[in-house]
Amino acid sequence: MPDSPAIAHGAPEPAHEEHPSYLRHHFNSVEQQADTAGFAMWLFLVTEVMFFSGLFTAYLIYRNWYYPAFVAGSHQLDVRWGTLNTLVLIVSSFTMAMGVWCAQTGRRRGLVLCLSLTCLLGLGFLGIKTIEYREKIEKHHVPGFHYSLQSFVDPQSEPEVYSEYHDKPLPPDMARHTELYFSLYFLMTGMHAAHMIIGVGILAFMILRARAGAYTSGHSTYVLNFGLYWHFIDIVWIYLFALLYLISRHQ
Amino acid sequence: MGKRTAAMRTNGMSGHNQLAHHIVGPRVYVVILFALLAGTGLTVWASFIDLGVWNPVIALAIATTKAVLVVLYFMHVRYSSKLTVLTVGAGIFMFLTLISLTLADYISRAWGNW
Repeated sequence: MPDSPAIAHGAPEPAHEEHPSYLRHHFNSVEQQADTAGFAMWLFLVTEVMFFSGLFTAYLIYRNWYYPAFVAGSHQLDVRWGTLNTLVLIVSSFTMAMGVWCAQTGRRRGLVLCLSLTCLLGLGFLGIKTIEYREKIEKHHVPGFHYSLQSFVDPQSEPEVYSEYHDKPLPPDMARHTELYFSLYFLMTGMHAAHMIIGVGILAFMILRARAGAYTSGHSTYVLNFGLYWHFIDIVWIYLFALLYLISRHQ
Repeated sequence: MGKRTAAMRTNGMSGHNQLAHHIVGPRVYVVILFALLAGTGLTVWASFIDLGVWNPVIALAIATTKAVLVVLYFMHVRYSSKLTVLTVGAGIFMFLTLISLTLADYISRAWGNW
C-alpha cells in the first residue's frame, strides 16, 4: 500500500534512500515518527484526564453535600480487597515498564514474559473487582436494582461491618443518598474496569505479535505508547483507592 | 530538572530531542516499584489512625506523590522532550482550573446561608 498519494499520480516512484520498513513516508525520520506518536498518545491521555476529572468532581461535590451517607457507603467497602487490588495494579505497572525496556533493548522473550505477566495481573485485578461487585449485588447495594437501605438505617444488622465502624443509624432521607454513593462507586470503578478490559485485550494482541518479534527489531513505539495508557489507568486507580476506600474510615 | 538540562546540553538540543528515546533501565523501575509499594502501605496504615480532617489530606498527598512517581519514571516524562512536558503540564493545569472553577461555583452559591 503506498504511503504517499504522490505515487498514485502515475509518476514513477522516486528513488529514495534506504530506510527502515516501519518508517512512514510522511515523516523525516524514525525519531520524528516516534515523537509524533508519543505526542498524540499524550493528547489522548489529556482527554482521558478530562473525562475522569468530571467523575472525580461529581464525587467531591456530592460527598460534601451528603457527607454522612457517603461515609456510611464507604464503610461497606472492604479495604483489604482495595489494598490487594492496588498492589496488583502497581506490580502490573512495573511489569509493563519492564516490557517497554525489553522492547527497547530487543529482548523478545523478556517482552513476551513481561506482557504476559501484565495481562495476568490485569485479569487478577478484574477478578478481585468481580468478588467485590458480587458482594454489592448480594447486599442489594446496586443502585436501581432493588436497592436496600437496611445496612444504613439499621447498621447492627451487619455485625461484621458494625464491629469495625460502629456506625449510627442514618435517618431514612439521608440513608437514601447512599444510593448516590454507590452510583458514583459503580460508575467510577466501572469506567476504570472498562479501561482495564480494553487494556487486557490490547495486551493479548501485543503478546501474539511480540512472539513473532514485532516490537523488538527497533520499532517499539506501540509498546511504549500502550505502556503510557496502562500507567494512566494505574494512576486513576491510585486516586479511586484513596477517595473511595480510605478517606472516610474514621469519620 | 537539573539532570535534564544537563543532558540537553550534552545533546546539543539540535534537531529532534534525543531525550525522547532515552531508555530507562530496570534499576530505576525497581526503585520506583518499591517506592510505590511503600506508599501504598503508608497510606493504608495512615487510614487506620484517626487524624480528623487530616485523613483525606494525607491520603490525597500520598496518592499524588505516587502518581508523580509513575508519571516521571514509568511514563518517562522526566526524560522526555519539552513538548511532552508541556502537554502533561497543560493537562494538569486544565484539570486544576476546571475543578477550582466548579468548586468556586458550588461554594459561593449558598454564601452566608450556612
